[in-house]
Amino acid sequence: MEYVIEMLNIRKEFGTFLANDNITLQLKKGEIHALLGENGAGKSTLMNVLFGLYQPEGGEIRVRGEKVNITDPNVANDLGIGMVHQHFMLVENFSVTENIILGSEPTKYGVTNKKDAAKKVQALSEQYGLNVDANAIIEDISVGMQQRVEILKTLYRGAEILIFDEPTASLTPQEITELIQIMKRLIAEGKSIILITHKLKEIMDVSDRVTVIRKGQGIGTVTTAETNPDELAALMVGRQVEFKTNKGKAFPKENILMVKDLTVEDYRGVEKVKNLSLNVRQGEIVGIAGIDGNGQTELIEAITGLRKIKRGTVSIHGKDITNLKPRQVTESGVGHIPQDRHKHGLVLDFPIGHNISLQTYYKGPISKSGIIDYNKIDKKALDIIEAYDVRTQGPHTPARALSGGNQQKAIIGREVDRNPELLIAALPTRGLDVGAIEFIHSRLIEQRDNGKAVLLISFELDEVMNVSDRIAVIHDGEIVDVVLPEETTEQQLGLLMAGHHIRNDDDNNGNGLTKRGEGQNVE
Amino acid sequence: MSNRAINLLVPIVSVILGLVVGAIIMLVSGFSPIAGYSALWNGIFGDLYTIGETIRQITPYILAGLAVAFAFRSGLFNIGVEGQLIVGWFAAAYVGMAVELPKVIHLPLAILAAAVAGGLWGFVPGLLKAKFHVHEVIVTIMMNYIALHTTNALIKTVSDGGDSTEPVFASASLRSEFFENLTDFSRLHYGIFVALLMVMVMWFILDKTTLGFELKAVGFNQNASQYAGMNVNKNIILAMVISGAFAGLGGAMEALGTFEYVSSKGGFTGIGFDGIAVALLGMNTPLGVIFGATLFGSLKYGALNMPNAAGIPIEIVEIVIAVIIFFVASGYIIRLLLLRAATKKEAK
Repeated sequence: MEYVIEMLNIRKEFGTFLANDNITLQLKKGEIHALLGENGAGKSTLMNVLFGLYQPEGGEIRVRGEKVNITDPNVANDLGIGMVHQHFMLVENFSVTENIILGSEPTKYGVTNKKDAAKKVQALSEQYGLNVDANAIIEDISVGMQQRVEILKTLYRGAEILIFDEPTASLTPQEITELIQIMKRLIAEGKSIILITHKLKEIMDVSDRVTVIRKGQGIGTVTTAETNPDELAALMVGRQVEFKTNKGKAFPKENILMVKDLTVEDYRGVEKVKNLSLNVRQGEIVGIAGIDGNGQTELIEAITGLRKIKRGTVSIHGKDITNLKPRQVTESGVGHIPQDRHKHGLVLDFPIGHNISLQTYYKGPISKSGIIDYNKIDKKALDIIEAYDVRTQGPHTPARALSGGNQQKAIIGREVDRNPELLIAALPTRGLDVGAIEFIHSRLIEQRDNGKAVLLISFELDEVMNVSDRIAVIHDGEIVDVVLPEETTEQQLGLLMAGHHIRNDDDNNGNGLTKRGEGQNVE
Repeated sequence: MSNRAINLLVPIVSVILGLVVGAIIMLVSGFSPIAGYSALWNGIFGDLYTIGETIRQITPYILAGLAVAFAFRSGLFNIGVEGQLIVGWFAAAYVGMAVELPKVIHLPLAILAAAVAGGLWGFVPGLLKAKFHVHEVIVTIMMNYIALHTTNALIKTVSDGGDSTEPVFASASLRSEFFENLTDFSRLHYGIFVALLMVMVMWFILDKTTLGFELKAVGFNQNASQYAGMNVNKNIILAMVISGAFAGLGGAMEALGTFEYVSSKGGFTGIGFDGIAVALLGMNTPLGVIFGATLFGSLKYGALNMPNAAGIPIEIVEIVIAVIIFFVASGYIIRLLLLRAATKKEAK
């Protein structure tokens, strides 16, 4: 069998840190080869070596059987290697064609020749079934479409081997299905694909073979048809992992969070949350499902006092907290795991111990009349570090030096330890690997079982379905429906998230779903 | 090489490199570096009088350095220490000369007046930053000019058109007979105790109080501070006020100690600007500021001896001193070079 790319025994070190140790990845022509590993396992490092951004300390790379030396990304391009980045590298107010030719603009008599380029882009789009309009402006098209522009960009530059870096991170379920079809089409046209991911479901759906790496070590390559998600997870983490979150029945009691007719604007004065009402009871987890940017951020910020409420009220256990200051909200019994742990959750340059006391440093027993007892901060930190399995050298290690999962565990420890009536968890597992996700989910459920209210915001359908007792679907700042996870499929949820809603009458044609507002384009 | 070793080596290597380049400059200008540097040495440590004068020179540098460092630690860049120091100087001198009170009241009152004036001068940029997001660098630079010319005008007013005020009453003076006798009648005054006390105050605020915790948190990450319920705007303003108060006290040292009056100025004193380098040199820590201020004060005062004792023109002297300080301040580059050397050694 012919290999188009062989990375043999690759070794890459950063100082004393071994990022890649003896990793071998062989990509057959015409296959989708998944690269699986936890966060920080060394996937990106390996791909950056292939793309010429890093030089390996050991091992060799062969392209189509010939040993090559990829010194920079231009060499990779010339060898036909293209990368579809996780964070798109697109100029928002340029057209599709302009973005694709950017950096290698074709000229005619010294003038950029966009017309011919657009034709070529359109032809490529049709050849691979990408359905992209070459003249559309990037900011007008959906995220899924933007990703296809990224794919077109690599194809336009003659890529034969495409690397997809976590391609499904920001896509809706429908867009993911489309992407999988596109990947299969690319294979049919003779391309080869490396898919970087830590989502096992996608690997099972689309890949031919899987190479697993763990903590920088190459664990091996398996054929997808001969394995299963449990085995892959065990290979990736190094132990057995529980997938289905263990969760008993919920016994909800009194209302804790009451949001009524809430309207919130963003910084430009655009209404992002519109007349939204929501309640969360003691002993239940309410999940907010929705695509990024549909008002989730503004909703949480309004509840927690970080953003001004334009209209409507928020109350906690009967106490009105509308437009209170963040600290007053916190003291009213709200814990908040913020969606961006680096921006809001942590002072990265502070020791992790200080961060653990970030919500309680000002009051007893840590402080007395304005004087902080740092011994108490350390003691508290050690307790949380122990109870929440935060892997750190100690309370004095800067928060920045911890891995994402451990940073998140520290935040969760800080918030849960205060035993809040309402715990708001915004994207609590974003970017974390299965081990940490498992831990965090069980903590949220534990809070619920202790009779607390939990509000979970997530872009991941699996998470919302697994953890929530009720699911409120948010679209364009409104709750379009509240559903029960056991009565809803991911497909239905995905369509709700895209602004459709489930028909009440029986509809045997199609999927029983219809678009809200006829003729209205809810992309 | 460990991090700690590098932290220690950086300032030492920087000073040595500065001295070497300074020597080269003297050499190519046709002067003897040995004569130059021994004049510098004698200017600093030559006799009891120069030692006294050197310490006197260090005093306002400590306070200016604290002012910059305190703002830095709160995430703010206070370029207005110069102006805050000038208004502090005027305020202390005015209170010192305008009324006569028992010393236990008068001296603290005059010192307090300087702190309040400096704090007020810091409050304005703090307020503008917090409320309107005006960058504090622009405002503080402009406030320097306002301070310079406003105090000049006020001096003219209170001295009936003269160029300097009456001397302060003895009850408001920091002059120390004890130090005068000890140091052969140098102008060394009790202000050094005020400066050292303020070093402890800064350390206490930053490392012991909830206020310090908040100021540092806001300095590092305003979003997370807001999330944690801190009042970001209040902390920004407070940081600038405290910083300005330190600077104002620096002015009080000149008003009540060194000169015992205030005279109108043709330009800036430079102490406030040097405070930036002092703070950076001391890595923005209270103890580090003492080190930075000692280096600055010593060089500045010792340099005065170089034209007399070694015949080096003042222009060359200033270049040499600037070069030494330049190298110390470019610690970042030195650190980079040291780190590179260290990793190379490890690789071998």
